[in-house]
Amino acid sequence: MSTTEVTPHLTEPITFWQSTNGKKVVMAVTGVMMFGFVVGHMLGNLQMFEAPEHINAYGHFLHNLGELLWIERGVLLLAIALHIIATIQLALRSKAARPVGYSRRQAINSSYASRTMYWSGPIVLAFIIFHLLQFTAGYIHPQATFVQGDVYQNVVSGFQVWWVSVWYIFAMCLLGLHLSHGLWSMFQSVGLAHPRLSPYLLNAARAVALVIVLGYISIPISVLLGFIK
Amino acid sequence: MKLTLKIWRQKNRNEKGVFVKYPMNDVDPEMSMLECLDVLNESLILRGEVPVAFEHDCREGICGSCGFVINGVAHGPERGTTACQLSMRHFKDGDELTLEPWRAKAFPLVKDLVVNRRALDHIIEAGGYVSVSTGQAPEGNTLPVGKEIADQSMDAAACIGCGACVAACPNASAALFTGAKITHLGVLPQGEPERERRALSMVAQMNAEAFGNCTSIGECTGVCPKEIPLEVIANMNRDYVCASFKRREDLPTPVAPVLQHT
Repeated sequence: MSTTEVTPHLTEPITFWQSTNGKKVVMAVTGVMMFGFVVGHMLGNLQMFEAPEHINAYGHFLHNLGELLWIERGVLLLAIALHIIATIQLALRSKAARPVGYSRRQAINSSYASRTMYWSGPIVLAFIIFHLLQFTAGYIHPQATFVQGDVYQNVVSGFQVWWVSVWYIFAMCLLGLHLSHGLWSMFQSVGLAHPRLSPYLLNAARAVALVIVLGYISIPISVLLGFIK
Repeated sequence: MKLTLKIWRQKNRNEKGVFVKYPMNDVDPEMSMLECLDVLNESLILRGEVPVAFEHDCREGICGSCGFVINGVAHGPERGTTACQLSMRHFKDGDELTLEPWRAKAFPLVKDLVVNRRALDHIIEAGGYVSVSTGQAPEGNTLPVGKEIADQSMDAAACIGCGACVAACPNASAALFTGAKITHLGVLPQGEPERERRALSMVAQMNAEAFGNCTSIGECTGVCPKEIPLEVIANMNRDYVCASFKRREDLPTPVAPVLQHT
């Protein structure tokens, strides 16, 4: 750089939210919140393997939380909104960062899951909307009537429709892919690194994601195979 | 051996670039990639054509001057190798090699395979100074540094600033570069006094330049000729997050990005 050149300073410092690093921290924190829900929801769902009264009582308990339920829903909605807003802003920025693309490109070190985050996320979101319409609101419940409060029967009659189960299993596999990268990536984003533990982090994230996928899809598979009637 | 080089030719930033194919009939397998281009350029000069512009300096893989994308991989197919250290024996007779410059908005093209990487210099400049006591050399063990920490710092300090990480990143992010520069001083006691200001300032400059964000994909570390680990990015984020949540009067203001004054 020549000594005569004067590089002008920008007038404003960059705030936490304006920085890509800050947005990734927001994505990590909101991701943890959603992950917490995913784990809790799976543990609740696994009560399908017990007597019908158990899960029906659990559903009844959740619906009678009153304000708490709405606080939880509000927090989750806020987390989802922030996660999506940050993603869109970062994706637009990344797209602008390479106006001329490569004629050839070859991935040599990244996982399939990490390269498909932009696809797995929106598809899982579409699934969640469908899922809420089916099992929470009861608007879409093909080939059976939705009975408010009878969780067990709604799940069984819902999953007996083959395409509902296939769609569910497909979406859960994508959720697993999303988590297998996201769970490790969030440690990077918030800066939690440990020389001894970090090498195991990626595999640990994949193992947790696999457990979650298996936990969720065990229910439609059991319904289809007739273990749950 | 016979090779076909398909090279991106672009006179300057304002003219349109195209790929031009150059068949080469007697490539020595012991040549480096850059020597292969030297041979091509000699023949181009003899034919009265404009030689291919590419950056190079030490040709020992330690200066960080050279680098372009070979068949879709920055610095070519060999891991931990710069373009100058890449031997032609790694290719097969009759191969076609596509050579492209680093493609990123923050790296405006200069000519052919040469890009302007001043954005990386801006990030280094933003790092500022390190307080070092001058005078006599201190007693060897007055400042104990653990082996792991020394290794971590050394691994990060191996960064030669070639820009392959930006080129390989699908988001054109400079996170690995900035992370390496922040880590190599930040983990040492010598770099401790300015640690947080340095992280804030360098991250601010990285964000002022037209780089994308880090999605922890790891392509950067795959092409890095010095194989710098992704952990340096976590170190950068930790220092940045810690520094961001402390009140400070002297918030660093970045300099105008490269694109505004080239």
